[in-house]
Amino acid sequence: MRTELLTFATVKSVENMKILVCISKSPDTTSKIAFTDGNKQFDENGVQYIVNPYDEWYALVRGLELKETLGGNLTIITVGTAADEAVIRKALAIGADDAVRVDADAKDAYFTAMQIAEYAKTNAFDLILTGKETINYNGSQVGGMIAEALDLPFVSLATKLDITGTTARMEREIVGGLQVVEANLPLVVSCAKGMAEQRIPNMRGIMAARTKPLQVVAATAVEDLTTYVEYGLPAAKSAVKMIDPNNMDELVELLHNEAKVI
Amino acid sequence: MNILVYINTASNLAKSALEAVTYASKIGGSVSVVATGNADDTTLATLGEYGAQKVMIDRSASADDAQQVTRLVAKATEAVNADVVIFSHDLIAKAVAPRLSVRLKAGYISGAVAVPDMSNGFSCKVNVFSGKAFAQVAVNSAKKIISLLPNSIQPEKAGAACAVEAFDGAVGSAAIKVVDTKKPEGEIPLPEAELVVSAGRGMKGPENWGIVEDLAKALGAATACSRPVADIGWRPHHEHVGQTGVAIRPNLYIAAGISGAIQHLAGVNGSKVIVVINTDAEAPFFKAADYGVVGDVFDVLPKLTAAVKKFHAAQ
Repeated sequence: MRTELLTFATVKSVENMKILVCISKSPDTTSKIAFTDGNKQFDENGVQYIVNPYDEWYALVRGLELKETLGGNLTIITVGTAADEAVIRKALAIGADDAVRVDADAKDAYFTAMQIAEYAKTNAFDLILTGKETINYNGSQVGGMIAEALDLPFVSLATKLDITGTTARMEREIVGGLQVVEANLPLVVSCAKGMAEQRIPNMRGIMAARTKPLQVVAATAVEDLTTYVEYGLPAAKSAVKMIDPNNMDELVELLHNEAKVI
Repeated sequence: MNILVYINTASNLAKSALEAVTYASKIGGSVSVVATGNADDTTLATLGEYGAQKVMIDRSASADDAQQVTRLVAKATEAVNADVVIFSHDLIAKAVAPRLSVRLKAGYISGAVAVPDMSNGFSCKVNVFSGKAFAQVAVNSAKKIISLLPNSIQPEKAGAACAVEAFDGAVGSAAIKVVDTKKPEGEIPLPEAELVVSAGRGMKGPENWGIVEDLAKALGAATACSRPVADIGWRPHHEHVGQTGVAIRPNLYIAAGISGAIQHLAGVNGSKVIVVINTDAEAPFFKAADYGVVGDVFDVLPKLTAAVKKFHAAQ
């Protein structure tokens, strides 16, 4: 009896792990990028919003896999307006248990991160996952900001994540190789390609998503530290120079003398 | 203006570190560097040639632990009363700069591609929408943080060697433990490669990659691939460049048998020169290319490899 108890004590693990996955909306990857209002606003005309692929394919799906093997609960959180609820339902259809929307039109990573940190402070999550960046702002900022606000360790751009007991083991690509790191929960991780495979929601998931809890919480007052002042499109490329497939010497000569890259 | 640059060092200094110091000196003002890693004092002193006035090094801090580096950079910021903190936009910056932003309540511009515009406030150009557009981002706080996208400016020598001093960052204990580091043998890592040869479904199968590798070897280039090719397992995932894979900005990107879907272009449109080889003259990639070759990759690639070898032999 006594030895049994001791054995149990050594295999300390997180029971009913609480996972928070931060999701953002982003324009569909095929969207035409244009701006309005004197290049001050993104032109949403005809744009379909999706769950940011890094948040969905890697953070959410890996979170679900961990929940399925270890048990627990997975909550998604987004900072957005009522218009973003379609994106939230998509994430619920893939398998999240419940959702939180902080009601604000987020314009700045610091603002967004502080809203999520505020919610996480009172809900003690074991693991907080984000995508490595959004495909519209490409900032790679929110995860690290949440970690600092909660005084938790943060691992950026993990390509693999496993949990044993209360220890997380991660891989990430470093300059010229691969690094394996460990940290104790609770922890914040940003997720990159390799972490999981995309999941397509099935009809049952889509139906279930309609009735899953979606809590709307008021935003706390936080000032924006940055402002997107103006947008622009890159200058059009000059016309492509076509080379005869039987004259690769000419291509090499152009790469050397004209483009000066070899 | 006081500017602080954070760099991590190995036995030598990375090009990205020299870029960051050059960038700081272009902003104008007094430039200090706070460093981690194991470069010796003589090596660190050469940062003076790129505009640093002094280098402060804490060899006890682990660059892999974002909390330790954040404490170090925060303490150095205070020590030199920095107005602006500069990072190179790499894996370390992606963990540390956001933390520092919260700690100092300093607005953070990530992935800057140009020197800040200080004519009206403080703003900087960044790429957005995965390189399909750019934005001018203003910082509203007194202290500012910028991470510089690698290969945005070239290192420039301007001065002489500078002073190097030991700095105690009071970094505390590390929460992240590095268990293992694996280095692929003899490969050039993709994100830092200046020349890249990439191939897609037009290669018809993984067994045909030899001609891609031959060209890469002749050029001294890294190899990359498109998403479908990584997803069906022809090539490892770390070679996938594109919107959801790795974004790269090499000097030369050669794409063989890749049609050029918009998601692929998002990962390579920062390349200085793009060469596209495709049998289909209507492939969308030609619109983004500088040089195009309409032809069969199985015919063109070996010819190009031979031409490159001939060129190198003649040099």
